[in-house]
Amino acid sequence: MFTALSRVIKYGLFNFWRSGWLSAATIIIMIVTLIVFEGLIFFNVLTKQALESLKDKIDISVYFNQESSEDGILKIKKSLEDLSEVKKVEYLSKEKALEIFKEKHKEDQTISEALRELDVNPLLASLNIKAYDTKDYGIINTYLNNNSSKNLINKISYAQNSTIIDRLNRIMGTMNKIGTFLTILFSFIAVLITFNTIRLAIYSNREEIGIMRLVGASNSFIRGPYVVEGIIYGIIAGIFSFIILIPAIYYGSPYIKIFIPEMNIWSYLISNSMNILSYQIIFGVALGIASSSIAIRKYLRV
Amino acid sequence: MITFQNVSKVYKMNEHSSVALDDASFNIEAKEFVSLVGKSGAGKSTIIKLIIGEEKPTKGKVIVSSHDINKLKMNQLPHLRRHIGVIFQDFRLLNNKTAFENVAFALEAAGRPQVEIEEYVPQALEMVGLKDKVSHFPSELSGGEKQRVAIARAMINHPDVLIADEPTGNLDPFNSAEIIKLLLKINELGTVVILATHDKNIVDNLNKRVISFEDGKIIRDEQKGKYILT
Repeated sequence: MFTALSRVIKYGLFNFWRSGWLSAATIIIMIVTLIVFEGLIFFNVLTKQALESLKDKIDISVYFNQESSEDGILKIKKSLEDLSEVKKVEYLSKEKALEIFKEKHKEDQTISEALRELDVNPLLASLNIKAYDTKDYGIINTYLNNNSSKNLINKISYAQNSTIIDRLNRIMGTMNKIGTFLTILFSFIAVLITFNTIRLAIYSNREEIGIMRLVGASNSFIRGPYVVEGIIYGIIAGIFSFIILIPAIYYGSPYIKIFIPEMNIWSYLISNSMNILSYQIIFGVALGIASSSIAIRKYLRV
Repeated sequence: MITFQNVSKVYKMNEHSSVALDDASFNIEAKEFVSLVGKSGAGKSTIIKLIIGEEKPTKGKVIVSSHDINKLKMNQLPHLRRHIGVIFQDFRLLNNKTAFENVAFALEAAGRPQVEIEEYVPQALEMVGLKDKVSHFPSELSGGEKQRVAIARAMINHPDVLIADEPTGNLDPFNSAEIIKLLLKINELGTVVILATHDKNIVDNLNKRVISFEDGKIIRDEQKGKYILT
């Protein structure tokens, strides 16, 4: 068993080395495949991040009537927090709202003076609500409208925001669909190309395979070295595609930051480098093993 | 050793069917040297394919060193083939392996330990007269030398039977004679040799058993036969 395994590995290495150009060509194809995969992974991460950051900016605010008591408002806050859709509720009292307003407009003479003229605080207390999912704002809105203490509420910003929220929901849905579709399509093409390359490499060895059968080699003894070759392809291609990725991300990162300020794909790459590298290698090896084993089957029937 | 009982082989292609072997029966005993003669397509190659289990008979029974070819499963085939050495007109060496590695491959495939390989392979190559070309690749060897490597490989597992399918077809008369000498030597050491050939001179000089084929039928089977085709 051990002798057979060591021979299989030895022959795998031998074949790999002696068919140098063919091996190099196969590896290059595989690198391209893996880069396509990396691209898809990053595309998905980017769109997800972009949508997340947009989503984070969406919220609805409930403004309360001047005469509404703080207790009543806090009660509503409490009941909102009990809803499973709600992620966070922030209470902004009238005083606090005024403070922020003043701070924001302290450069503006007219506003500051106008405020000084007033005795009462013209601003309304509000609750700022964030939901887990943008789709849930509709539900929260309905909940508030059917609430027993509805009379406390002056207005809900959902009405103004609903079109934007709806549109964003649609965009996210489409982006997800496009992302999934592209991932499946490109993965399929890439796998097919790699498979075909390995198939051609094995096709060029079909006579040798026949001879091995004739000399009394078992199928697993013939298949073994090709599988080992597939593994070597996978490891080398995995490492190289990762190395190629590093400068691409390094120089691309600032441009992406312009579009999505929260996104730093360079640091994403650094913090996930071990994961990405091992995924690449695992994927490459799996691709190599699968392609070799499937491609060789046909020639083992004599 | 080898028994054919009323064996027929019919190849079907779409609606056409061609009879490659028609009701052939014969026995080959241990230590025999048998020549199979006949025109191309007479059935010699079919006999060989049946013996090495590459094909199964359409009718009848083929038994090779106690293996029934009909009942042989795909995964038992390698075991059968380790008992049968085969050489071909086109040598069929592994081109990316040296002479040594080509011969060693048959032992490795049989799962034999490395010590045996180091010991037997040089011996086998010496027997066929290629002691000084051990690390040559097939592309660096002449036709006669390639055939000798093939013989060394075929003999390395000490097979019961050595099948030679037109072994001299690509060789000049001198090399042909050398190869036949080797086959005779192998036969003297106790291995059954089955030689399929077109070469009248070789067969007539051997003075051994000859089975003649025509259109898939055995037309003659003589103990000290000559190459006679009507």
